[in-house]
Amino acid sequence: MGSRASTLLREEEIEEIKKETGFSHSQITRLYSRFTSLDKGENGALSREDFQRIPELAINPLGDRIINAFFPDGEDQVNFRGFMRTLAHFRPVEDNEKNKNVSNTEPLNSRMNKLHFAFQLYDLDRDDKISRDELLQVLRMMVGVNISDEQLGSIADRTIQEADTNGDGCISFTEFMKVLEKVDVEQKMSIRFLH
Amino acid sequence: MELSSRRGLDLFIIFCVFLSLFYGSRAEVPTKPTAGVTILPPIKPDSGPQPYPDDEKSNLPVFTMDYPRIQIPFEITLWMLLASFAKIGFHVYHKITVWVPESCLLVSIGLIVGAIMHSVHEKPPAVLTSNVFFLYMLPPIVLDSGYFMPTRPFFENVGTVLWFAVVGTLWNSIGIGMSLFAICQIEAFGVQDINLQENLLFATIISAVDPVAVLSVFEDVNVNEQLYIVVFGECLFNDAVTVVLYSMFSFVAEMPVVEPVDVFLGVARFFVVGLGGMGFGVLFGFVAAFTTRFTSKVREIEPLFIFMYSYLAYLVAELFAISSIMAIVCCALTMKYYVEENVSQRSCTTIRHVVKMLGSISETLIFFFLGVVTITTDHEWNWGYILFTLLFAFIWRGLGVLVLTQIINPFRTIPFNIKDQFGLAYGGLRGAISFALAFTLPDNISRKHLFVTATIVIILFTVFLQGISIRPLIEFINVRRTNRDTDTINVEIHSRLMEHTMAGIEDICGQWSHYYWKDKFMKFNNRILRRILLRDNRAESSIVALYKKLELQNALEILDTVSGDISAAPSLISLQEEKKNSSKPKKKFLAGDLKNMHDILSKNMYKIRERTVAFTSKHALPNDSQRREILIRRHSSVRRSLRPGSFQTRMVPKSQKYFSLPPGESLNSRFPPTRRSFADAQETMSEVAYPARRSRFGKRSSSGAMMPLHRLDTLKEVSSVDVLNESERGSAGRGSQPRPQSFRRHHSARDNNGLAENVRIGRDDVEEEEEDRPRASPPPAWAAEPRNDTPRNPLLRRPQWNEKK
Repeated sequence: MGSRASTLLREEEIEEIKKETGFSHSQITRLYSRFTSLDKGENGALSREDFQRIPELAINPLGDRIINAFFPDGEDQVNFRGFMRTLAHFRPVEDNEKNKNVSNTEPLNSRMNKLHFAFQLYDLDRDDKISRDELLQVLRMMVGVNISDEQLGSIADRTIQEADTNGDGCISFTEFMKVLEKVDVEQKMSIRFLH
Repeated sequence: MELSSRRGLDLFIIFCVFLSLFYGSRAEVPTKPTAGVTILPPIKPDSGPQPYPDDEKSNLPVFTMDYPRIQIPFEITLWMLLASFAKIGFHVYHKITVWVPESCLLVSIGLIVGAIMHSVHEKPPAVLTSNVFFLYMLPPIVLDSGYFMPTRPFFENVGTVLWFAVVGTLWNSIGIGMSLFAICQIEAFGVQDINLQENLLFATIISAVDPVAVLSVFEDVNVNEQLYIVVFGECLFNDAVTVVLYSMFSFVAEMPVVEPVDVFLGVARFFVVGLGGMGFGVLFGFVAAFTTRFTSKVREIEPLFIFMYSYLAYLVAELFAISSIMAIVCCALTMKYYVEENVSQRSCTTIRHVVKMLGSISETLIFFFLGVVTITTDHEWNWGYILFTLLFAFIWRGLGVLVLTQIINPFRTIPFNIKDQFGLAYGGLRGAISFALAFTLPDNISRKHLFVTATIVIILFTVFLQGISIRPLIEFINVRRTNRDTDTINVEIHSRLMEHTMAGIEDICGQWSHYYWKDKFMKFNNRILRRILLRDNRAESSIVALYKKLELQNALEILDTVSGDISAAPSLISLQEEKKNSSKPKKKFLAGDLKNMHDILSKNMYKIRERTVAFTSKHALPNDSQRREILIRRHSSVRRSLRPGSFQTRMVPKSQKYFSLPPGESLNSRFPPTRRSFADAQETMSEVAYPARRSRFGKRSSSGAMMPLHRLDTLKEVSSVDVLNESERGSAGRGSQPRPQSFRRHHSARDNNGLAENVRIGRDDVEEEEEDRPRASPPPAWAAEPRNDTPRNPLLRRPQWNEKK
């Protein structure tokens, strides 16, 4: 089942993606070949299983969440545009872009958008707040089994305490950004995509 | 106390062993039985009936002893046992190994044994001949280092490593040689007869560093990766350089006159030796990988190929007098990656264990003999020469590190700071190679004994003094470690999250790293090399096999856990409790608490996954338990969350969804759409009479576990049946076994990825499933009613019927 989608990427599509995401032509082609190699069903879109087939993601503690970040809300297929849109968050920030960008929307790989990506890994229910539970879940995923729940709980409490300025017991996106203001997010959350 | 009595027992055993040992290690045949060995006297023909009529002939001896026949293997075995007992002994009292490196302890025991042997005028076994050392004792050590080398950091730092190894060793040798030659000119020390070549030769011997002890300290202290890998790599490669220089200089030392042509030839020879060694190693590595492609029928001897090929690489390199160490290291590096995918899991484990074992025992023996030989050899002491040797060794090492770092720092992405440099310089212990080379000096060097003595002094000094003191020093100067204490907890957690994310994104993009050449190589690798060298061109590491097995268990467990009460896992419970306590007043955190938190986090947070084995301590095998843990956790969380009845409140599902639960299959296409939450859905499901509807349940029960199943195509003949049989969840007679096949196939038929045909194990349920499918179309009402309380996040959503494509 499933029609065979065209596996060739048309020039105008490449141009559109280039404009939207800022990748170069060769980067787009390379990522397209990666996309098609992941797309075992050959229907021009990736599903969650396609991602789960990557073995290294299985041993990434945050694997599921990262996969989930590719799928826009309510969908289970991501096409190449969506794929590139998500990956565009991780393009390195170039200096000349800061001057070039006069449009209202920030480029996808701006610092704020990178941070927003990380924020959304915590915030599953999309209420723009990281609650204590959400924080605890992620913490539990990231640590080994030797930590007791009380310890983890106090670490989570301390985290919220450090970040929470308005006292609501959750970390909002602004608070999140503030806490990480000294961290070189542009460098940490960038990959030099290869040609 | 118990410990001391055990220790006493060990000492006693050791004492007995070597008592019998040095009685046995005489060169000539013992004509009389000695006190340590009891022999029954032959039966005397004095009394009793004679079995044979001849009285002059001696009778058939009932008990004889023929020592010379077994002498050599016997002694070797006993020495090995003794050294191993010593190793056991150290670990009885655990604290010692923390402060005193193992090599020190071994040398000390060797010293004691040597003293004993000396006092009874025994000679140590002739183990330190050139052949024995270089052909039998050195290869296992180098193979061990090469096989467990962390390749990713190594290749990212290969320039620095080679720089320090090659240029650093040259700098050291020439510097020390020249200065010693200058010293020799001073009459007061009485060493004027040592000419320049001999000095250079000696300097080469003592510039080979062997920071085994340092590496284990670095690991415990968790120094930054860069420093670790440079020290490790330098140790490995400067062995090669030293041996090359040594052979060059010894050749030159025998020549009366050195001409410039010879110097030039020497340089050319150096390149031939180095690159030739690498070339041979890589060649043998590929041949080994290729051979293992065909060994699927002869699993028992698979490990043998690894050892034979690497040893062969070593010997062939020795044949051509090129760097055998480089050959064996490159062979191990090349081979490992492909071989570990071709051979069976057990062979892989066997290989790792045997490599570690051989390396360990060789190293132990060498240090042990160092101690023994120190006492029993003929020394020639010369205060001036030896002290100046020590001095110059330190000075030149320090200078060398300083100068070389200044030159290489601009090229590095992470430059070395002063503390790193100190660690690098101070970590320059000398060890086995120097020792062996000193002993294999040709005898025509007049001052051989002086050299031997000086070498031993340096080794002992560095091993003991620096080895013991490096730990407190490193901790004191606070060398940059891999975790930073000054950040807030937030930063630490979020940074780690970001690192994991980036690792995941890199995996999704299929990029090995940032580096262009590496990526190109990986592409080449994937396209060409893997096709040729791998039997089965799919990544099938132990982790992936474990993953598949867990997925299958998942599936089975979902079937088997009916509505019975599954007690929620502790973390679920505690989270629920914490919800109640969420209105606690703000806690106050002390500075001490904060530090504890940092410690806890740094020690317990999962490290970023690496494509290759992470650091391996010299004395331990690599373990991928961290990754297994992550996998198992994720799977148990999937299983747990899919159990019916595991969610009691409405709030909990939202917070529990940390697995990906795509809204694939319909959970409840047959049930009226009156559910308001996922929890309720589960409960409703549990009300259904299961036994009659197991296949339905199988279909329904979600996708989270079923989805990956069609990936299990490779399991079909490998271990599918075994896994099914292994994971007996209660009564197999309940018909649970055909189920996984049924819904696997069902799902794959539905998904229709073309993999369905791979998963046919039993065919009994096909018809039943087939006829289910047409009826499983969604009722129109269902599809038409969008839930307005559906959370937008698919992870939180109930699975809905979603007609695929």
